[in-house]
Amino acid sequence: MDRRRVEEAVMKGLMKAATLLIVGVLGLIMLTILVRGIRAMSWSMLTQTPKGGFYLGREGGILNAIVGSFYIAGGATGLAFAAAVPVVLYLNVFCRRGSRTAAVIRFLLDVLWGVPSIVFGAFGFLLMLAVGLRASLLGGILTVSLFVLPILCRAMDEVVRMIPTDLLESSYALGATRLQTAVRVVLRQASAGILTAVLIAFGRGVGDAASVLFTAGYSDQIPQSLTRPAATLPLAIFFQLGTPFPQVQDRAYAAALILTVVVLATSLLSRRLGRRLTRHSIS
Amino acid sequence: MGLPNRTKRSRLYDRAAAVLMGVLARLSGLIVIVIAAGLFWKSVPILKNQSLSALLFSSEWYPLRGQFGFLPFIMGSLWVTGTAMILAVPLCLLTAIYLAEYAPRGIREGMRPLIDLLAGIPSVVYGVWGVLVVVPWVKRAAGWFGYSTSGYCVLSAGIVLAVMIFPVIIHMTVEILRAVPQEIREASLSLGATQWQTIKKVVLRKAFGGVLAAIVLGLSRAFGETIAVLMVAGNAVRSPTGFLDAAYPLPALIANNYGEMMSIPLYDSAMMLACLILLGIVLVFNVLAKLVLMRIQKEIQ
Repeated sequence: MDRRRVEEAVMKGLMKAATLLIVGVLGLIMLTILVRGIRAMSWSMLTQTPKGGFYLGREGGILNAIVGSFYIAGGATGLAFAAAVPVVLYLNVFCRRGSRTAAVIRFLLDVLWGVPSIVFGAFGFLLMLAVGLRASLLGGILTVSLFVLPILCRAMDEVVRMIPTDLLESSYALGATRLQTAVRVVLRQASAGILTAVLIAFGRGVGDAASVLFTAGYSDQIPQSLTRPAATLPLAIFFQLGTPFPQVQDRAYAAALILTVVVLATSLLSRRLGRRLTRHSIS
Repeated sequence: MGLPNRTKRSRLYDRAAAVLMGVLARLSGLIVIVIAAGLFWKSVPILKNQSLSALLFSSEWYPLRGQFGFLPFIMGSLWVTGTAMILAVPLCLLTAIYLAEYAPRGIREGMRPLIDLLAGIPSVVYGVWGVLVVVPWVKRAAGWFGYSTSGYCVLSAGIVLAVMIFPVIIHMTVEILRAVPQEIREASLSLGATQWQTIKKVVLRKAFGGVLAAIVLGLSRAFGETIAVLMVAGNAVRSPTGFLDAAYPLPALIANNYGEMMSIPLYDSAMMLACLILLGIVLVFNVLAKLVLMRIQKEIQ
């Protein structure tokens, strides 16, 4: 056999091995989280807040963190969505095609996307100090909304960009203004993609620990107001794993399973909804 | 009578919306600059107090005595990120080339959701996996070779980070390889080159810039990763000298010390400087990668 064929066969073997290894690692992660999580899972984990001595291994659950995470990620996604809609419409409807301003804004949003979440956390903390806000639900929501804003903007932007120009032009030809076109044609056309983007942003927001570490605080109670500290799932996992008690660490595994299920369910839902809604749009 | 008024009103709304949305869009673009400016402003006290070179290249970390040498943390970040890259780059390139060039359609399409899945797992869950699987494994494996380590070390953090950046690098590299025009592959194959020769000499050469950009994006992702690294790196304030030493990367430092930072003078300023250093490095990586990718995009169009 000639040398180049041998080289080809060897490389191909290595490539298949690398691919298998990566799939294997993914499987191993899922299996670890599933097995350890299910073993420690109980109904009270999902339905109770921590009771006295919880962090020493006594009873209770992490309902506080589940609710807190939903409040923070939900609120942040909502807030970021309110900001992202006008931004995306501006970039795609009000800016001309090939506009320099739009290109610069897109570039800056991409750069913002790459900023590590710990930096958002520190910056959010700085902002909160400046206005005298302590670690709270509101602080967490504001910080996480900054963190998910570029994700939401760019994901929505990709969808809205795909809308054919003809469609906008037909709307203009009927006498619609840009604003009317943006709201009644563009948003409706892109609704599936927008929903997908929102779910992606929610998934990222719910899973991030570093941005809420300084800003949301932690509390064993379900927060009753925006100015109270709120627990989050990633921090619940982190803190419980940090204790020296095996019973508490086991709960961290259960919490990790809950978080993984929430994130994966969000991602599956976005895929499913995205597919269903695109059936009725023009592309 | 009603119509002209309505038209006038919609025009007015339209113009108002254009201004308002324009302002919002520009503001959202400015966030990254505001973050950098805010962190810089807060770092000024420590920069006035000590020279930048002393801060960056000194290993004296005694916050109570006002000494803030970041070298151990910078070295920790470099070791951990470097290890992750050594592990991730060959594996990701091999996988990406396989998926883009050799794999049958079914496998390529089937891998996409798996890669997305890997990208979606929260970093704290990677940390849990690291603590449960990687750390004990590294400890045991080191034992076979006669080394002793707690397992909470550079190598463990590198492995966890490598897995975390797999999806970033693979996804982008596949896209870039698939964007290389089919004709040049055919030209090379028709000259009698094997498929691997074609990939090595033609496709990879053409895609070099983009693949590099993908790697750099993975690198910057690894550099800024916080919670997973914090959980497995060991966090000892000392520059690591080997793969089995504990490391204390910059993001872990920031995450661990926010509690105390208000009570010790200059500590908060030092933490913000750490953030600024982290942000600066990540921004440079990101901007470079993005510029390369933008040029490639233009070339394709």
